[in-house]
Amino acid sequence: MANETLRPATPEERRRGFATTRPPDAVQRYSTGERLTHWAVALAYVVLFLSGLALFHPFFYWLSLGFGTPTFMRILHPFVGVALAVLFAAYAARLWRENLLLPSDRAWMRGALGYVNGREETPVEGKYNAGQKAMYWSMIVMILGLLVTGILVWRPYFAPSVPLLGRRIAMVIHAIFAFIMFVGIGIHIYAAIWTRGSVRAMTRGWVTRRWARYHHPGWYDRMSRREPVR
Amino acid sequence: MALESLDIRRRSASQTSPPRVRRRAEVAKLIDISRCIGCKACQAACMEWNDVRDDIGALGGSSYDNPIDLTDRSWTVMRFYEEEVGDRGLQWLIVKDGCLHCADPGCLKACPAPGAIVQYSNGIVDFQQDNCIGCGYCQTGCPFDIPRYGVTDGKAYKCTLCSDRVAVGLEPACIKTCPTQALSFGTKEDMIDIANGRVVELRERGFDQAAVYDPQGVSGTHVVYVMPHGDPALYRMPREASISPLVRLWRSSFARSLGVVTMVAVVIAGFFHWMKVGPVDPDAPDAPDARPPREGE
Repeated sequence: MANETLRPATPEERRRGFATTRPPDAVQRYSTGERLTHWAVALAYVVLFLSGLALFHPFFYWLSLGFGTPTFMRILHPFVGVALAVLFAAYAARLWRENLLLPSDRAWMRGALGYVNGREETPVEGKYNAGQKAMYWSMIVMILGLLVTGILVWRPYFAPSVPLLGRRIAMVIHAIFAFIMFVGIGIHIYAAIWTRGSVRAMTRGWVTRRWARYHHPGWYDRMSRREPVR
Repeated sequence: MALESLDIRRRSASQTSPPRVRRRAEVAKLIDISRCIGCKACQAACMEWNDVRDDIGALGGSSYDNPIDLTDRSWTVMRFYEEEVGDRGLQWLIVKDGCLHCADPGCLKACPAPGAIVQYSNGIVDFQQDNCIGCGYCQTGCPFDIPRYGVTDGKAYKCTLCSDRVAVGLEPACIKTCPTQALSFGTKEDMIDIANGRVVELRERGFDQAAVYDPQGVSGTHVVYVMPHGDPALYRMPREASISPLVRLWRSSFARSLGVVTMVAVVIAGFFHWMKVGPVDPDAPDAPDARPPREGE
């Protein structure tokens, strides 16, 4: 960002509240590459969730018609699954350093229940709070588990050479992990809507200075040293 | 594929009752291993009636098995085992393999496609290939490793117990052709009676362990065996056949409904959390700045 355009938001801009156009002193949170990868993973997840749900519970079998035919949906699901795993690996590889656990994450976790009930957020040291880190690492475990168990039951390519007991265990784990993943993604989406400005961070890439100071003061300090005002 | 439409006891992946106004007597095929000579006429009759031809394969090298396994086009296969059985010495055991038509079918329980697997009131478990999506779940559910998939069409196939013949009052093709009366067909009750009588005969002839194989772990089957040496393991059949607890857990309506209800609860919890707490918005005009910028920042 060119430094000459940086200036604090004017009182007038501040009064307008939630910013829909980029304020001159906005802080970049996600690069274009990170955002595109994130949303590619999200689209793949929607396809996988709808098709997986249709196979998981007959009440939702009608969702399979959205794929043309149920058979085509069954064929499509594992290919999209591999695509999600590859895209997620590319995404996760860019974020792992910021998601390493810190001693201060313990304090944030202790205050998490109060925070979701309307109290002040415990100050966050890094780019991500402990809840976001828990999401990051649980998604790595879930997607890896879903990838491996999915490959084991992938007909006609891999399943025929897997013993039946292995396929039975894989199906149970696949269903349980998919369920945990839905709950995780549900919390992830809601948390993004609940903390206003977070969706904008992932769609437009930037956050306001007040947002950064409130949610991630440690990260803000580092960023503001990198992006000095004036 | 079936002709019946009004006498369906169970239908895969269906929430509500299938049409079941008509009830028929439960049927069974009896395979008396002690009478079987391994001629494979039943295999030929199965191919003939169902009009399916397998590729010409190769012998496995150790026995007469041909083809060496069930396939999408070989719905029954004679399996030949050479076994040392106690003081009787070497025995040649011949087992006609194929679907046992479980009263509690694991394939049907596992199947996610509505109506791809049905069980008629007469006990026959039938695959409806036009509803099959080729997922392989029926293989996971089957305690006897029976369903096989077509290479070109990706649909699951197995013995139909000639449901089309039985529906119009004929016996299955394999029964009709068996030259030694190793195979019989009739009501389940009659077949169990004949099997029990045969076991008594075999025991009189010195086969002390002779037994009927009608595994109760799947609530009995509609294909029952007379096993002269008794132990199912000698015939490569499971001693305690039942649907795997893993499959029961995975496909139980309780576990599946619990999963769905919890997922809906997550969405509802988010909705009400928003209504109670509302958003966290540091950019709101009246929100206090968490850490006002220092001088010169």
